Amino acid sequence: MTVQANDPAISVVSEKPASLRPILEWIARHAEPVVIGLAAILIGLALFSLFILAIGKSPAMLFQLMYTGGFGSWFSVQNSLSRAAPLLLTALCVALPARLGLVIIGGEGAVVLGGVAAAAIAMPLAGAAPVFLTLILMGIAAMVVGGIWIGLAGFLRHYRGVNETISSLLLSYIAIALMNQFVEGPLRDPASLNKPSTKPLPPEYMLGNIPGMDVHWGLVIGIVACILSWILIEVTSFGFAARIAGGNVRAAQIQGLPVGKLIAGFTAIAGSFAGLAGMVEVAVVQGSANASLAAGYGYTGILVAFLARHNPLAIIPVAILLGGIDASGGLIQRRMGLPDATVLVLQGTLFIVILFCETFYGRLKIFNPDLWKRSL
Amino acid sequence: MEETGIGIWGVPLAILAGAIRVSTPFIFVSLGETITERSGRINLGLEGTLVFGAMTAYAVAVMTNSPWLGVLAAMATGAVFGLVHGWICKWPKVNDIAIGIAMMQFGLGLAFFLGKPFIQPAAPHLPAIQLGFWSSMPQIQAALNINVLFLLGAALAFILWWAFKNTRVGLILRVVGDSTDAARAMGINPDRVRLLATAVGGSLAAIGGAYLSLHYPGSWNEGISSGQGLMAVALVIFARWNPIGCFLAALLFGGAGALGPALQSVGVTQGYYLFYAAPYVLTLVIMIATSSPTRSLAGAPGALSLTK
Repeated sequence: MTVQANDPAISVVSEKPASLRPILEWIARHAEPVVIGLAAILIGLALFSLFILAIGKSPAMLFQLMYTGGFGSWFSVQNSLSRAAPLLLTALCVALPARLGLVIIGGEGAVVLGGVAAAAIAMPLAGAAPVFLTLILMGIAAMVVGGIWIGLAGFLRHYRGVNETISSLLLSYIAIALMNQFVEGPLRDPASLNKPSTKPLPPEYMLGNIPGMDVHWGLVIGIVACILSWILIEVTSFGFAARIAGGNVRAAQIQGLPVGKLIAGFTAIAGSFAGLAGMVEVAVVQGSANASLAAGYGYTGILVAFLARHNPLAIIPVAILLGGIDASGGLIQRRMGLPDATVLVLQGTLFIVILFCETFYGRLKIFNPDLWKRSL
Repeated sequence: MEETGIGIWGVPLAILAGAIRVSTPFIFVSLGETITERSGRINLGLEGTLVFGAMTAYAVAVMTNSPWLGVLAAMATGAVFGLVHGWICKWPKVNDIAIGIAMMQFGLGLAFFLGKPFIQPAAPHLPAIQLGFWSSMPQIQAALNINVLFLLGAALAFILWWAFKNTRVGLILRVVGDSTDAARAMGINPDRVRLLATAVGGSLAAIGGAYLSLHYPGSWNEGISSGQGLMAVALVIFARWNPIGCFLAALLFGGAGALGPALQSVGVTQGYYLFYAAPYVLTLVIMIATSSPTRSLAGAPGALSLTK
């Protein structure tokens, strides 16, 4: 008998001989997140279709435009990839602390301050220092500032017992006020009149696109960050200790793990990624630091991280998917006469349904070989 | 503000006026969140509820020409948002903080989507009471131009404070919030209590939104809330889950927010933007000062996931 290793249908199990059981068990255990995740997305799309039907438009046309606008051509794929870049980094800002059981929602603050730090350090260097060195220093400055900002929330969590969700939120509002102060005050370029900005980077100092593509380097930075984070969590002992502390703080402390350092370290690394997103925004898109830095990447990153179930590698496809949905917004607006908020409604619906479907993890017998009937 | 005519006294007056004007949405959202959190659940989605309430109130007020019908409609939609949040969160393994963020995104999206046609037309405003009639100074008259909803919010804070202590419903809410098991032992269904508490919390948050669109700033647009709904969660902790504390904290927030514009009006322009951060810095400092790594926050409901 041939081994049907890629057959996900567990219902045919009863006809198989017992020797297949280990394979089927492996499939069952690994199919759970994929099957539940896909089912959740389908339910979310169905609910969204009902909404679109209710306002008298065609869901089929909408989904088709969404595909065309997001992934239908090489041009739109490149657009989606560019939009995914900051989301990769801000999602990591949520996903890494989540491994320790922390809910950080203030990534926006680290993005904003990272952008300001990058612009501030570039101002004296641009034109004087080599391009490569300037960009490296911009990245470092952004990572340090972003890391301090979110690391502070982690530090306060462990050493003062301040809830990290609330403190990171407060810190992000404080960060936006700081950015406005810097951009309006000491860092302001007198030439920027209506939209106060820092001095623009000379074009040759911009990060630019990946050769041969219309996608900027931010995507590469984001993907590398995701892979490094995955290695950090899954391979290193630092990540292993963090997972233990995330499971049970008491147990980790009894084991002698430095929980405080883990929490401060993980939140600082997370924040430095969000800060880097701010640097990418300055060095690729804006060319200077200004109020456009607070574009909501921090908040969409929360969505991406939760949809990816805080798995750094899963963040990559999810961020690209959301980047694509985002990119298709303009097309939907033009062709169907729907508001640009259509994309927000879809994101919200998907987010709610996917989080709701968390409840089915571990409760469906089909994915749990221990509960299968003896006769198998 | 240009020439105030009352010199440096314009600063405290402007802060007072700002406190009264800006605090009302904070009062309603934080009272709503207090009810929800007292039942042992946290709803971070109130930002979405607030903005959706603002849109609903404005749209209904435009269509019916009655601001009060707008407020009622907002309350109804807020209750629906609360029911959805409450129903989803009763399932095991569902994270109420994450669902809150999702509901926020959904509420904002839906409000921007459905509210697009209402950015232009003007809605009738909620009535205000002129408490400054005794003064001839326009600044004082403007400062004491108090909206009815502010007074209702203040009254509600005291009623809730009393009700938590002295009524059966208040006791049930506190028991459910402190221990799910104790509530079950008493024959109370904790899920149902939390569902209702989240719904009531949502409808109060929507009143806060109605105030934004129907009184101050008094129009509907996509930037109407600058995080009031999210900040209310911090405010509730700041107020230690005490309704009167919420009222005072909301006033403090409003006043701190008015500090920057008030100082600017008398010529202090240094660090203008930093004053916008004042309410957030204040909350953070007080949270740091009063938190402890070894015990949960004083006054916190025992079953609340936020403080564990």
